[in-house]
Amino acid sequence: MKRLISVLILGFALGLSAGKGVAQTAPQSASIAQAAAPSQAPAAQAQKIEGEIASAQSAGDNSWMLLCSALVLLMTGPGLALFYGGLVRKKNVLATMMQSFSLMALVTVLWAIVGFSLCFGTGTSFIGGLGNIFLHGVGSAADPTYAGTIPFETYMVFQLMFAIITPALICGAFAERMKFSAMVLFMVLWTLIVYDPMAHMVWGKGGFLNAALGGAFPTLDFAGGTVVHITSGVSALVCALYLGKRVGYPHEPMPPHSVVLSFIGACLLWVGWFGFNAGSALAANGLATSAFVATHFGASAAAIGWTLAEWIRNGKPSVLGAISGAVAGLVAITPASGFVTPMSALLIGFIAGVICYLMVSKVKSRFGYDDSLDAFGVHGAGGTLGALLTGVFATAAINPIFKDRQGNALPVGWVDGHAGQVLNQLVGVLIAWGLAIVGTLIILKTVDALIGLRVPDEHEIQGLDLALHGEEGYTFEA
Amino acid sequence: MKKIEAIIQPSRLDHVKNALHEIGVEGMTIVEVRGHGRQKGHTEVYRGREYNVDLLPKMKIEMILPDRLVDSTVAAILGAAKTGKIGDGKIFISPVEEAIRIRNDERGEAAL
Repeated sequence: MKRLISVLILGFALGLSAGKGVAQTAPQSASIAQAAAPSQAPAAQAQKIEGEIASAQSAGDNSWMLLCSALVLLMTGPGLALFYGGLVRKKNVLATMMQSFSLMALVTVLWAIVGFSLCFGTGTSFIGGLGNIFLHGVGSAADPTYAGTIPFETYMVFQLMFAIITPALICGAFAERMKFSAMVLFMVLWTLIVYDPMAHMVWGKGGFLNAALGGAFPTLDFAGGTVVHITSGVSALVCALYLGKRVGYPHEPMPPHSVVLSFIGACLLWVGWFGFNAGSALAANGLATSAFVATHFGASAAAIGWTLAEWIRNGKPSVLGAISGAVAGLVAITPASGFVTPMSALLIGFIAGVICYLMVSKVKSRFGYDDSLDAFGVHGAGGTLGALLTGVFATAAINPIFKDRQGNALPVGWVDGHAGQVLNQLVGVLIAWGLAIVGTLIILKTVDALIGLRVPDEHEIQGLDLALHGEEGYTFEA
Repeated sequence: MKKIEAIIQPSRLDHVKNALHEIGVEGMTIVEVRGHGRQKGHTEVYRGREYNVDLLPKMKIEMILPDRLVDSTVAAILGAAKTGKIGDGKIFISPVEEAIRIRNDERGEAAL
């Protein structure tokens, strides 16, 4: 009882002293407010508040875009590396992961020197100029042509992440048989000859296909269906055909060595894709939300589409099928993500899931090419399908990108009554296919003549991890 | 003396070991093996491509026993290893000429 009383007394004393403290600080802050108020005129104060609101908007956009840039890098680093790494045989897991990882470094340096300028510098309709080489003129000030509320440097680094993942996707086609040195040289040339012109045509100011900045054939590509997935997927097919089949294909079994790794990779791709698509709004605004929702809906419907098709044909819904379907849906919704309603996204995703499943299970075996990890079946086919369906489902209700001289919104896609957009999309698709086929063939022939493309058969049989990198992915005895 | 080799499903190993301990069988050698019987493995499908996996993981238990323990051992294995599904395994019994304990040169059943 005595203890209880002493605790109560102590508590009372502490309460009193705290109250005293508050009472002491209150007049202090009041006196600060009184001192500050007369020094500012009402107009200047209003201007200051407006400035603060504007900079807060810019801070919100910038923080969102930096986060999105990191999310897109997450797609290549752990995402694609794990997805592809699990799909190869265990003797090639490191070599496959190394391809994705080395491109993170390689493309970054190339981008800083000349790549960004060739994509987004002022130039011709087909390629950017050299005005921004070595990132000249790319700083913390915004470039209103591309994104008015974020530093131009943020825009540059966001676009860099796209330039990294695009060539990395091609690696799926020549996995388990290409020399590392040849891959490096191929990718340097491919980025310069195929990716940079394509990105400039679709997204660069003055680009031939640029829908936002008045291109001759306004092709809608919100986050890279044409620029990223068609160019990489079609180039992948050219690589697979040029390099030829892996030793033993299709007689020897070559199942994925770890669907678990692929599962983790695909889930990381899905998460990173929010940065890819929602970030392409270039601001933390309603359009970003719309693209985010469309992305998620497209992936989910596609996972169901692929799984269902496989369940019906094979009797079992496989895990690899479900995750492959999600990736196919993410690919197909990419060009459409900032232009379509959530319900259209569900439809596009579902169609992509079924079509891409048929591409990798039926069409590939029918024609007998060895696209090791189905880079064409998923990205080439899914990207082409998505680009065309964007022309069908794009609507001014989501993104009034086309406007008349008075600034009134015009119909965007076929659902708005503008069937001609499908034709515009087709032009974009054909140019992307043409550039990818011709460019990749020239690069492959050049690299083949200079240093050779394929590893010797004995290295392929031994596995690229040991033969090329002197390491093994799994050394449990060590 | 008889040698009993039982090839069983890996998932039944603990049940079989417990059943053998209950009837007094003490010594055994267990090996992880791969193989197939009449069902010839199974098929796995990855993105529409079929792969035949014809060597399935199994466990092999080897025991050398005095003749009097053979029937009860076989009964114990049958009771503990049977699931009724394809791939439950097989039991082989063969005669053994001699057994020698390395530590003290004992021979015959005394060495078991």
